[in-house]
Parts: sequence; C-alpha cells; structure tokens
Amino acid sequence: MNLVTHAKGAAGFLHRFEGLRERLPGARLPWLAALRDEAAEAFRAQGFPTRRVEAWKYTDLQPVAAAGFDEPLTPVDDALDLPPARAGARAVFVDGRFRADLSSLDGLPFAAGALAQRLDALAGRLGALARPAEEPMAALNTMLFEDGLLLELPEGADGGVLELLSLATASERPAAFHPRHLIRLGRGARLTLIEAATAPEGARYLHNPVFEIELAEGARLTHGRLQEEAARAFQLATVYARVAAGATYDNFTLNAGGRLVRNEIHVALVGPRAACHMNGAQLLAGEQHADTTTALEHAAPSCTSRQTYNTVLMGRSRGVFQGRILVRQAAQKTDGYQMNRALLLSPEAEMDSKPQLEIYADDVKCSHGATVGELDPEQVFYLRSRGIPEGRARAMLVEAFLHEAVEGVTDEPLRRALDAAVAGWWARQEEGLAA
Amino acid sequence: MLKIEGLTAEVEGKPILKGIDLTVPTGEVHAVMGPNGSGKSTLAYVLAGREGYAVTGGSVTWDGRDLLALEPEERAAAGLFLAFQYPVELPGVGNATFLRTALNAIRRARGEPELDAMQFLRLARERLRALSMPEEMLKRSVNVGFSGGEKKRNEILQMALLRPRLAVLDETDSGLDIDALRIVADGVNAMRGPDFTALVITHYQRLLDHIVPDRVHVLVDGRIVRSGGPELARELEREGYAALQAQAA
Ligand SMILES: Nc1ncnc2c1ncn2[C@@H]1O[C@H](COP(=O)(O)OP(=O)(O)O)[C@@H](O)[C@H]1O
Ligand SMILES: [Mg+2]
Repeated sequence: MNLVTHAKGAAGFLHRFEGLRERLPGARLPWLAALRDEAAEAFRAQGFPTRRVEAWKYTDLQPVAAAGFDEPLTPVDDALDLPPARAGARAVFVDGRFRADLSSLDGLPFAAGALAQRLDALAGRLGALARPAEEPMAALNTMLFEDGLLLELPEGADGGVLELLSLATASERPAAFHPRHLIRLGRGARLTLIEAATAPEGARYLHNPVFEIELAEGARLTHGRLQEEAARAFQLATVYARVAAGATYDNFTLNAGGRLVRNEIHVALVGPRAACHMNGAQLLAGEQHADTTTALEHAAPSCTSRQTYNTVLMGRSRGVFQGRILVRQAAQKTDGYQMNRALLLSPEAEMDSKPQLEIYADDVKCSHGATVGELDPEQVFYLRSRGIPEGRARAMLVEAFLHEAVEGVTDEPLRRALDAAVAGWWARQEEGLAA
Repeated sequence: MLKIEGLTAEVEGKPILKGIDLTVPTGEVHAVMGPNGSGKSTLAYVLAGREGYAVTGGSVTWDGRDLLALEPEERAAAGLFLAFQYPVELPGVGNATFLRTALNAIRRARGEPELDAMQFLRLARERLRALSMPEEMLKRSVNVGFSGGEKKRNEILQMALLRPRLAVLDETDSGLDIDALRIVADGVNAMRGPDFTALVITHYQRLLDHIVPDRVHVLVDGRIVRSGGPELARELEREGYAALQAQAA
C-alpha cells in the first residue's frame, strides 16, 4: 500500500487521500465513501483558494498551502498537560482524535462520544449541512476527517455545560487534522458547549474542524469557541448551523491565538421565530491574521439575528470581518443587526471589513455598521485628568472595548471562561509592551 | 496660590488666549465669566494639560510649581481637578472602576495607601448620599446614557471623592434645573476652606447666587477685561456682555 504521510499543498492532501482512502473510518460505508470522493473532486477543482476567490479576498492561504503537514502521530498514553476543566463534562481530542482516557462523559443524560464509532448510524446526517463544493476547507475536512464529537440531545433534554477541548501536540513535523463534529438538539433541548482549542507554545499544525449543528424546534445551543491555538498554528474552522422554529443558536468566538485563523460560520434560520446571535472578539498582535466570515440566511418569517464583532489589533496584525446577511422573500418581519468594530493600536495593523446585505423581502428591519479607529484622545485625556497614568488609561479603554464584545454573553460559565481568556491575553500584551 | 501670567495659547494654529493674567490666592473661589467663544473652556483645558491646546507664551504656577511642565495625570496628583463642560462618555468602563482607579492613582501619587473595593464602596456611598445621587450610578458605564444633569453631578461626585485642592469648574451649572444646581453648589461649598481654591467658570450669574465668589473676572476674546467683587456678576447679568465686548473690540 502506498502510505502517504506527508502532504504539501492541495496536491499533497489529495495524494494522501488516495493513499488512505481504503483505511479511513467508514471506508466500507458506500454513502460515506461517495461523500469523500465527491469532496475530493471538489477540493481537486478548487485547491486552497487564492485571493482571487471572492470569499477569500482578504485572507491568503498561501502559508498553509506552502507548509508541509504530516499525519498526526498515533496517540500514546503520554503525560499531557491539559488545561483546567471548564465544565464537569469534557470531551478531549488530541491532534483531532478522540481520547476516551482523557475525557469525562460518563453519566450524561444524552449521547456524547466519538463520531468514528457511530458512522454507520449517520447516513444522511453527516454532510447534510456542509457544502464541500462551495467551501474548499469543508471539502478538505470531508475528504480526510477521522473523528469528531457526536452529540445528540433528545427532546427536552437539558445538557448543562460540556467542554470540547482540542489539544495539539508539538512534534518535529507539523501535523494536519480535520475533526468533524456533529451536534443535534431535539425539540426544546438545551446545551452550552464550550469549545477550547490550544496547544503548547511552538507547536505547528493545521486544525481544520467542521461543525454541523441541527437545532430542532425551540432548542437552544450556546456555542462558545475559545481559539487559543499556538502562535505558529493555523486554524481554519467552518461551522454550519440549521435553526428550526423558535430555536436559538448562540455563537461566541474568541480568536486570540494562531498565526493564520479563519472562523467561518454559516447559519440558516429555517423556521419562524428562530434566532441567532453571533458575537466575537478577535485579539491580534504580532504577525497574526484572523478572519471572521459569517453568512446568515433568513429563510423564514419573524426571525432575529444579532452580530457584534470587536477586533483589537496590535503590532503588524491583520483582521478581517466579512458578514453576509441574506433575507429570502419568505422571511418577512426579519429583524437583523450586524456591528463590527476594530480598534487599531498600532499604525502597522490593518483591518478589512466587508458587510453584505441581500434583502428580497419587503417588511424587514436590517441594519449594519462598521467602525475602525484608534483610541479616542478625548477619552484618554478624561482619564488622565483624573490622575490615571497614560498607560493605564489606554489599557482601561482597550479593556472596555473588549468587555463590550463579551458583555452580551449571558451564559455564566462561558462568560467566565471568556473573561479569563480576554484578561489573560491583555495581561500578556501589557507585559510585552512593558518589556 | 494659582498664578497665571501673560498666558497665550492657540488651538489648531488659531490664537484663543491672548494674554491672561489671573491670580487666585489659596482658599479663595474666583469666578470667570464671559460670552460664548471667549476662551473659557480653552483656559480650563490649558490648565488641565489637554493635547492640542498649545501654550505659546506666559506661565502658570500652582503653589510655586510650574503647572505647564506637568503631564495631565501629574497635575491631578498635584491637586488639580477639572469638571468638564462636556463630560466624556466611556462605554464599557464602569463608573465604580473608574472612580476607584482614579482615587487610588492619586492616593498612590500622594504616598497614601490605596483603598480596597470595600473601603472604596463605603466612601463612595457616603459621597453619593451627600450629593443625593442614587447608588446605581456606580454600576453604569461612565456618563453613558446619563442625562445632562447626571453627567454634571457625576463630575461633582468625582470631585468629592478625589478632594482636589484646586478645582476648575467649567460651566458645571449649564443645563441644570434648580434642584440639581443646588446640589452641585452644595457639593462645591462643602469643600470650601483654607486649603481649597477654585476657578468657577460660568456663563450665567445664577450659579454665583449659590457659590458666592471672592472675585469675579470677565473674559472677553481671550483676555481678562474686568475684575471685581461678587457684585460684578450681578452687574453683568443686568447689562450683558455687549458693552464689554464693544470695549474689547
Ligand atoms: N478643539 C477646537 N478646535 C478648533 N477651535 C476650537 C477648539 N476649541 C475651541 N475652539 C475655538 O476657540 C474659541 C474659544 O472657545 P472656548 O474656549 O470653547 O470658548 P468658551 O468656553 O468661552 O465658550 C472659539 O472660537 C472656538 O471656536
Ligand atoms: Mg466653554
């Protein structure tokens, strides 16, 4: 057998797929084999998108395409440094592979576990939302995923808080992993999912997760994403959510780590009175590049959507926000709001933002706004006139800006996790500035 | 003693203060009155050290120290406080955090021990009560969503907490109803004493019924054109600034 462990560029990943095809999880399931083959065709056609592709105009994947990646090493029961748990229940993935030995999912009132073990039951569900033909990173994921988290909450279940921890290990050669997470909440079910991605400093890898999330009538999912990848890592995440009548999808993403990061979220509000809150903060320094791209589809009447993204940029970092709201003709009485603010703390930092509203219904309330600016000198002076030294005054205003992004998060455990992450990030930057 | 001598200043290249001479002995409260655009706020900002307000000549000393050589925060530590004509909104900065950070910064600069959250809260509650202000003002973002009167009272609350030795109040009376005006005036009067010096800037004489000044100065087109006792304020109220403006022109 031709075992391809090293992949470089799109051709490298395709070559790896050819080599692994027969041994990937679910290889004997015809529907899954077909899904992977189609994804491979889509990826072959698109490759890593260049900036000539409209959706990737501001984010250049060249560094990802140029890097070579190995397959993650076979997991061993090594002494891993796990961050403290953020919730009682925790699913741990190391280099994209589920680790039962590190997870604590016992006694949960719903199904939670490794997707790879349950593939035979997922025909028609896995791949129901992802669009490999449109999103090349979803194509890459579909082609090569080995595992992921499978969560199924029955009607009316209260799942409490669950942590999904993705840990990457530092190895000689950079690794690439493509976890596929599938989440389904039955009618009226609720869950808070706190997803954290991190790795030891210096680790190099590509983390390319895809989420497919289905919320039945009246369900509510709070999905917090704490992206604190290692400084040289790539994370290209694609989230798909389908929200039925009266259900709510709450997504808060903190982009604080990584060298090149994309947080792409596709949400479809398909039943009346469905709601979506997509909020986030991007905290960037040095050479970091972070991209938040949202695509929100109002397909049913009387749905509500709220988006607020705040980005702080230091050093030579670059931030991107692209937000598309599509209001279909059937979606009368849509209430949509999108706001995106950037605070530039360095003359060399840059922010690109592109809001895009497409409205085909006539009875619609939809607004958007974007601001890019530096700290307000009048505010700095007001604080200084009260005896607060300039450095502290500036720090207070940055903290306030960051706080503003987090303040909409009502879920307590998530709020605490975010506050801690934001405070930690800012403390590290201040240390850096002082040094 | 606050001593301003031959002070000239410009904003965006435009001369605004054209030679101000003004002395306020320690323990006195002086009023500065003048028509709109005469340079009252510019004088206040120059004293507080705001960027963009360029001093082109003259000097300002406070207790013998060159005030103009100090950073804004150093002036605050030296005892200066400016109540802004237009208090600045700080979204996301809690009023309590703001007040405690300011108070502790000044205490630190003075070599006094900092107050912990509990000690601060006790002190803030006491000052709020004295100013008939609701405690929930501490929980809101600084000046965000405050009415005009609330913003002015918040300035006085800051003054009551920071206990400056030299206060510059820039039209703290404008936009206040009579009750709020009385609260503000009481707040200032409560601080009066041998170690409290103030410059009360106002457009109207109304405030000076409640805060009776030791001296009144009239600022027209960047210069002090007249000085006198409290009766000067009443005279201006009767006769307006027109005669003085004509004289200055
Ligand atoms: N930031 C500024 N930029 C440009 N002009 C200014 C600025 N601040 C004040 N001025 C000008 O300076 C003059 C005096 O203004 P100000 O000190 O605010 O007067 P007052 O407080 O007495 O009404 C006015 O002509 C005003 O237009
Ligand atoms: Mg003024």
